[in-house]
Formats: sequence, structure tokens, C-alpha cells
Amino acid sequence: MPALADKRLVFVTGKGGVGKSTVAIALGIAAARHGLRTIVAELSGQARAAEAFGVKPPSGEEVRLTDRLHALSVDMEHAMEEYLHERAGRVGDLLAASRAFHAFAHATPGMRELLSVGKVWELAADRRRVPGTQPYDLVIVDAPATGHALGALRAPATFAEIARVGPIAHQGRTIDVTLRDPAQTAVVAVALPEEMPVTETLALRSRLRAAIGQEPAAVVVNACLPERLGPRQAKTAAEALEATDDRVVHAALRVALSEHARAQAQREQVARLTEGLDGATPLALPYLFTDTLGPAQLGGLADRLETLL
Amino acid sequence: MSGGVADWLADTRVCVVGGSGGVGKTTSSAALAAGMAARGLTVAVVTIDPAQRLATALGLDELDNEPRRIDPQRFADAGMPLGDGELWAMTLDPKRTFDELIARLSPDADTRERILANRVYRELSDAIAGSQEFTAVAKLHELAQDERWDLLVLDTPPSRNALDFLDAPDRLRAFFEGRALQTLLRGGGAGLRLLGRGTGLVLGLLRRVTGAELLSDLSDFFRLLGGLLGGFRERAEQVEALLRAPGTAFLLVTSPEREPIDEALFFQRRLRSAGMALCGAIVNRVHVDELAGDDGALADLPARLEDAAGLSPALAKQVAAAFADEHALARRDAANVAHLHARLGAGVPLLQVPLLDEDVHDVAGLVRLGAKLLPKAP
Repeated sequence: MPALADKRLVFVTGKGGVGKSTVAIALGIAAARHGLRTIVAELSGQARAAEAFGVKPPSGEEVRLTDRLHALSVDMEHAMEEYLHERAGRVGDLLAASRAFHAFAHATPGMRELLSVGKVWELAADRRRVPGTQPYDLVIVDAPATGHALGALRAPATFAEIARVGPIAHQGRTIDVTLRDPAQTAVVAVALPEEMPVTETLALRSRLRAAIGQEPAAVVVNACLPERLGPRQAKTAAEALEATDDRVVHAALRVALSEHARAQAQREQVARLTEGLDGATPLALPYLFTDTLGPAQLGGLADRLETLL
Repeated sequence: MSGGVADWLADTRVCVVGGSGGVGKTTSSAALAAGMAARGLTVAVVTIDPAQRLATALGLDELDNEPRRIDPQRFADAGMPLGDGELWAMTLDPKRTFDELIARLSPDADTRERILANRVYRELSDAIAGSQEFTAVAKLHELAQDERWDLLVLDTPPSRNALDFLDAPDRLRAFFEGRALQTLLRGGGAGLRLLGRGTGLVLGLLRRVTGAELLSDLSDFFRLLGGLLGGFRERAEQVEALLRAPGTAFLLVTSPEREPIDEALFFQRRLRSAGMALCGAIVNRVHVDELAGDDGALADLPARLEDAAGLSPALAKQVAAAFADEHALARRDAANVAHLHARLGAGVPLLQVPLLDEDVHDVAGLVRLGAKLLPKAP
């Protein structure tokens, strides 16, 4: 098992719509229960973690959700002002106040990604640079979808390479070293047991290696249907479906067999994923037959994710 | 009996398919395009990142950035002959399309070469906000100039936010014509000269924070792109005009969960305020309510399964549990779809596609899905 509790930075990514945020928050809950001072940092501009706990956070600021669990919706402007202040003090503040500079920073391709990764790196640093803040044992990053997440993970090295010398080059290299160090940084890939998410998760292995020289430390398969019927039971149910003329019985058997067929298709996808991971077993999370995702449901998922810590 | 989505597209030549990630946009786009081809039209579907098996099934493995004709035999074999219709498809390579766009907009060969060689451009052009979305519509615009297409279907790029797509021309235009950049570049001339001649406090400070070399590359980059502004502005106007043209319609695709539906509704409001037309909404993967509201039947279901179907108590319990869970989803889906329908308004047709037992990743699957989207054969 990957022992995520020993890391400082855990990036959670996956294809759009697979439930990355849910997994990131549940992982945060599990880590906090584990005794770690934890923060879930969201890079998508949303504040799902705080919302799930019924907290309305001020943009760009760390907010406490439970005893040891915190959340932050990373805001580019905020991160930039912090960075400038920390780098250059009063001069930095002057720059931060310049509209021309803001527009310049916004227009610079990759700057958003660089600032976001810089911010989560700062959260995970032993000595925080933002005055009045405490370090975290574990930073869980609710990262964007695969392609954009890879762009963000590559940004520090890319900027270091373009800049060659100077503060950004130095900073970029420092962050890149942390991202490449498996003792400090891990990536958790989230998939669904479906064709495309599985393919994308398998492709992530080599893409991640190219970006930061690491492979996903863990793969989570979200929303797995229960396998309620064995093969013989499915056969019996199929025969009963043919024979019955009771409308309700017919409906129930049809639906149960349809769920069974989907669960079987999912199982094939999980097998394909497992095979493609060279034997590393993905962790399955159950499909939740509910529309609400509050602390109770998230806590249930956290139970399952504890094994990753 | 209606022709489903075919009716929605009666006056449409350009159909932009939008929705949040993971709702079946690509398969819906492909099935729709195939169904329209089977009605005798010459159709091209433009997609960005199709599932590998689907791409292979259609023979779309190669990224050559131009539409390719799909072998009609594949559809004939799957029971949907295309007749006089033609289905073409292309997988867009965003980086290459953006390079092509830059090349086309460059005032001269020298500028073009210098942009393509600029390190910031080479390393970071895919991070230019909105570039992927914009290149997709720019390609659509290019294809729309060609008379041979009766219908163009664009499967919009996967993004967290479907709105990125609508914002792309504006964001990219802001990128090209940013006032701040002009302020920074007012000195004109080469990047280094800009740095050398104290063109203002901001630049000096900036150099302290970024380092001189990065700033030099960046200012070169912005200065070079500044030369493309006129051409870009014109292209952005054409692209936006295409999105607002009478023959262009947006089609929403969603799943029946709350989040993608909220996203779809947000998208609709933005379309409306931008003066763009919405022709309909497809809701994929809907759990069907088999009880049609008769929830009382759930109560004695295990006993009924034993008595009426002769199932063992253990099997009856499993079947009843599966049905109860799935039925709850059907009720949830029905409520969510009703909400969507009410908010979209009566003028927006809505089509529900029941949850299929298998993912769609081959031509036969597309044909099955196509039959749901365009129910009546021509």
C-alpha cells in the first residue's frame, strides 16, 4: 500500500466527471482521522470541501472544517500577491497593485498553473511563508482533470527551463524537486470502471512519468456497482424473466439483470485496469445510490480510503 | 411520431454539442452525425479526444487534422446503410491547429518563424487560456466555408466548465489585445531594448521578480503575437458570427445527475444572453421508472418474486434490493429531468436516452444510440 500519510503533497486527478473532488475530500477526512493536520486544496476555483461541510469560505483563504481538516480554494490573484510580497516585500506589493502587472501575469501562458502549484507547495512547506500560518502534515490537492493537471505539474520545470536564471527559475526548480520526490509527493489517479476513464488512467502512467518522473501511487476506481447476483442466480433470474407475466416481477427482474450486466461490464474494465497497472490493485469505492454527498457519505468513503494512508 | 433530434436540426448546418465532462458528448455527437448521414446528408463530425476503441472502430486513429470519410460499409454491416449520405470525421489536434492558425495570421514569414521558435510559445502555447476551445471553433469556421458539408457537428473539448467554450474567443482576444501588454510594449523594438531602457517602474520590478531572461522571452512572445492582433481580431469576429448565425445551433448533452444538469442550465442562460440558439437537450443514461409511480409494489416485492416467479428467498431478496436501489435512482432522475425541463422551458425539446447496459464503443453501439436519438428512419 502506498502509505500516503508519509507524504506532504498528494495530487488527486482523473478524467472529468469521475469524482476527483469527492475522493480528495474523503481522503482528507481519512487523513484527519488518522491524526494528520490536513488541508484539501482545490485548484478548480470551486469550494466543494467547504460546501460539503456547510461552510462558506472567503475566497483564497484557509478555512477550518473539523479538528484537523482544513480547506482552501486556491485563488490565482491571492497566490500571486502572497508570492510577490514574500519575494520582494514592499516592492512586491507595489507590483501586486499594478493593473498592468496583473494583466501581464494573466496573459502569460502557464502562469495560473505555476502559481497554483506554487501555492500548494507553500502549504506543504515545513516553514510556511505566509505570515501567521501553520504548516500542514498533509496537503491533498483536488487537481484539475488529467491534461490540465499534468500541465500544472510540469509548469515549475517548464518555467525554470525558460527562465534559466533568476527567482522564477530557482523557485521552479525547488518545486520541481519536491514534485519528483516520491518521499514527499504522490499522485492518486481516480477512474470510473468504464472504457474511457480506464484508458485515460492507464495512459496517465507514462504521461506522469514524463512530467515528474513518477507513477500514480494509488489508483481509485469510483462508483463500482455492487455484484448482487452470482452467474447461476443471473441465469435463474433471466429464465424467470422469460416466464413471468406479472408486470412488477417483470420490471424487477429486468432492472436487476440490467444492473447485473452493468456490474459485469464494470468488472471487465476493472480487470483491464488491474492488468494495465502490472498487478497493482486499484482500490474500489462503491456506487452511492444517493444524490446527497454530505459528511455522512463522505465519511463512509473515507473508511475505505484509510487503507491508502 | 417525431424524428427526434433530426427535427431539431431541420434548419441547422452547424451543430455545436456542449455539456460537462463524462456525460457522453462524444458518443452522442458521433451517433447523431451517423444518424443524419443515414438521412442522406453529407456530415462531418469534429471531435477532440475520442475514446480509443471508438476511434479505432471508426478508423479515426490517425490525427491528420482533416476530415476523413468513414467507410460506409461499417454502418451497412451494423444495419444502418448510409445510402447517399456520407459520414466524415476528424480528431482535432489542438496544438497543430493553433500552430496553423498562428501561421495563417502571421503578417510575414519572419514573424511566423520567430513565433513558432519562441520558447514561451513552444513550451506553453497549450496553456494559453481558451486556445483549445478557440481552435476548435476556428476549425469549424474553416469547414463551414466548404459548400459540400450539409451538416457539421462539433463535439466541444472536454473541460471542467462547459462555459470555457463560450468564453474562449473573448479570453483569447483579451490575450492578444491586452491593454497591459500594450503598456509594457509601448517602447517597441526588441525585448532586450525594452528591458534596457527603463520603460517604467513596472518592468523594472517585474525583472526583479521573474528574472531577466524569462522577461525577455515573454516580452518577445507578446510583441510577436501583437503583430497578429489585427488578423486575430478579424478571425475571432468571424468565429463569433458563425456561432450566432441562423444556421448554427447548440445542443446540450447531460446526464440526469444534479451537477451536470446545473451546469447545463447555466450554459443555457449564457447562450441566451449571448444571443446564441439552443436547439434541444439530450439526457443520457436515464434510469427508467418501471413502476410508473406505483411505489406500493415495492413493499411486498420479495414475496411476490418468490410466489409469482418461483425465486428462492435469497435470490428474491437480492433482486428486490437491486430493484429498490435502481428505482430510487429512477425517481431521482425523473425529478432532475423534470427540473431541467421546467427550467429550459417548453420551447426547448428534450430527449431522454435510457441507461444502456453497455458503453458505446463500436459502430453497432453508435447505431443503437442513433436509433434512440433519431427514432424514426427516413
